[in-house]
Amino acid sequence: MALSLAGARVRAAALTLPLVAFIGVTFLAPLGLMLARSVHEPLVADSLPDTLAVLENWDGVSLPGEDVFQALARELLTLHKQRSLGGVATRVNRLESGMRSAIVRTARQLRNADPGSWREAMIAAAPIWNEPKAWRALQRSGERYTLRHFLHALDLERDSEGNVVAQPPDQRIYLSLLGRTLMVSVVITVICLILGYPVAYLIANSPPSRSNLLLLLVLVPFWTSLLVRTTSWIVLLQNQGVINDLLVAVGLTTEESRIPMIYNMTGTLVAMTQILLPFMVLPLYAVMRTIAPSQMRAAAALGASFGQAFVRVYWPQTLPGIAAGSLLVFILSIGYYITPALVGGRTGQLISNLIAYHMQQSLNWGLAAALGAILLVCVALLFFLFNRLVGVERMRFT
Amino acid sequence: MGSSPHVEFHGVSKTYDGQTMVVQDLDLCVNEGEFFTLLGPSGSGKTTCLMMLAGFEAPSSGEIRLSGRSVQHLPPRKRGIGVVFQNYALFPHMTVGRNLAFPLEVRGISAARRRERIRQALEVVRLDGFEHRRPGELSGGQQQRVAIARALVFNPTLVLMDEPLGALDRRLREEMQFEIRRMQQDLGVTVVYVTHDQQEAMAMSSRVAVFHRGHIQQVAAPETLYEEPEREFVASFIGDNNMLRGQVLTVERDHCDVATPDGIVRAFPVHHCRPGDPSVLAIRPERVSLTRPGVYTNEFEAVVEDILFIGDHLRLRLNLCGNPNFVVKIQNVIGHSAVLAGDRVRVGWSVMDCRALPDEEGAGSGVLTRPAAPLRSPPGDATGVSGTDRADVPPSTQAV
Repeated sequence: MALSLAGARVRAAALTLPLVAFIGVTFLAPLGLMLARSVHEPLVADSLPDTLAVLENWDGVSLPGEDVFQALARELLTLHKQRSLGGVATRVNRLESGMRSAIVRTARQLRNADPGSWREAMIAAAPIWNEPKAWRALQRSGERYTLRHFLHALDLERDSEGNVVAQPPDQRIYLSLLGRTLMVSVVITVICLILGYPVAYLIANSPPSRSNLLLLLVLVPFWTSLLVRTTSWIVLLQNQGVINDLLVAVGLTTEESRIPMIYNMTGTLVAMTQILLPFMVLPLYAVMRTIAPSQMRAAAALGASFGQAFVRVYWPQTLPGIAAGSLLVFILSIGYYITPALVGGRTGQLISNLIAYHMQQSLNWGLAAALGAILLVCVALLFFLFNRLVGVERMRFT
Repeated sequence: MGSSPHVEFHGVSKTYDGQTMVVQDLDLCVNEGEFFTLLGPSGSGKTTCLMMLAGFEAPSSGEIRLSGRSVQHLPPRKRGIGVVFQNYALFPHMTVGRNLAFPLEVRGISAARRRERIRQALEVVRLDGFEHRRPGELSGGQQQRVAIARALVFNPTLVLMDEPLGALDRRLREEMQFEIRRMQQDLGVTVVYVTHDQQEAMAMSSRVAVFHRGHIQQVAAPETLYEEPEREFVASFIGDNNMLRGQVLTVERDHCDVATPDGIVRAFPVHHCRPGDPSVLAIRPERVSLTRPGVYTNEFEAVVEDILFIGDHLRLRLNLCGNPNFVVKIQNVIGHSAVLAGDRVRVGWSVMDCRALPDEEGAGSGVLTRPAAPLRSPPGDATGVSGTDRADVPPSTQAV
């Protein structure tokens, strides 16, 4: 009996194997590989093994010896022939600007020469080889495992002595952006709660025919394409858009002082709140539906005013729904990409937009991975805190 | 305890859709210290009455008075009535102590007095020491007691109970019936109690109002309701009754003769009636005897269709006077157990045990009685009155 039960359980679990495999291949593996990129960058180390090996003996202050110049020149020429110089040059350039052009120019000019002194030839091609900082950049970009992407993502860097210091003020962007993302997420969550709670209450306390209609009104936008909804906000909010036209027509603003409501933080806030609202309403509704109408009646019969009954009887019982809805909205908004990208303009961008920039434009995947990892840690930390304070098992999502 | 009216309904009607009357032109008076039960099938309007009394529903017309004062404009929280809800409506996120403290806190009673009151209330329901438990950790019976304690803790003089024992199993229900009755008598509060269980109503109440389709059929003490039903619905709803339909032939001062398919039955006319009126006769199964000829005024011969051995008594089912489910309940004494299905027996009953009531359910239908409780009708046979009753109630009122 016990054996057959265990067998049934194993068979039932086996049915989930396709899903487990699917998630493993399409989600966990890419995620792991991407996260690994934030600390693992083998390209330079693999491309310049000899140079890095002889650089080991360099004192880090004076100019390296002829052997180092020679090794680097040979390897650069090889890379140039293999047409794989660009990637190496880009990576070294991230540590010291100017290195990209120096490397490319050096490789091109050394192609035909076979000089007696590699050192002089290289310095002639690019004077930067005469400075120790060029070699330091080369050495550090050759580290196979590195924390510099994480440091960079946290607006830190290593100085010439290897100490962790803050980036120059004009280059500190990530921490403030992360703070802004968290702040925007909190604001959106609070607005969704304020807007969604009465709606959920109304739906949960309406007769079935009306509550179904109201629920449909919440769900239809939920089912509508994200892109459609975001672009319709553009139609509504833009300077020559419906709302501004209306305001001008009514006389609340003039033609010259149309209110900029999109391509800025306002646009991001408005559009994201509207898009994420159902994620707040539905968990709230799920919880409120389970609260019997007799609860409020009992409170009233016991002498409580509506306010007292709400604060002491109703509200506390909806806390699991508030928690679930807030967590959903917050986590979704912290990683939101498409809406701020379309309607955020310059000031309404969030951290995910910068991650996308590093993935697609600057091709600094290591930094993108580090930023993603930091975001992931933030969410995990919040979830952990939340579990400690509220308890995930007490939440009601549906 | 006194006898001045505590609760009064004057011509109260209630409709939700403007057409169907859930409660119609209701008059009712509950005296102080009474245990008053509103009894009726679901959808008969009894719960609506309770909700109007508590203030959760407003009467469409008519007036409700509490201790002589109209409560028309008084919200529920100002009525000072203790209410025990059907599913207790305990606050699940509060401990028992917090639940009981709630009505005291909203009344601004000091912490010290709150503690004392809560202790007393828990003592009354015999749950001392349960303050720190949560409702979810209690059994159904204990939750029930907490709900009662919470309704009593602020010392209301009137307590309403809406089917409070519906969710409990039979044994616990019977135990709680005694408990609630004891508490009511100890505290001297007025209780208005709603139930569809006639046994519960009979066991607990000082008076019972029988509801049917938004009307009160009869208000009386339990014994009176059983012995002297005045309406057909009451006769069929309270206890078992054999119902025989017929037409009044002659009316004398203390009896009338009613023609049934099997012959003339002499009965006691409850209301004034005239020859030619349709009438329904109610005869309790235990008042019918197996008899020799010449003992009773009403005597008939019939074949025993079915026999049911209950233990202390036997139930014989006969097809008699147009009623295929005519039940005779006989004591299990030596000799009677010799009756077998298929035997031809002679049964009789006295005039006073046969009450002639106005026929309100419509004459002519074949099946006339609510089947006697444990006796199952044969398959294919029509069900009893109470079943057809409910189908007549408009759907909108059934949920009430």
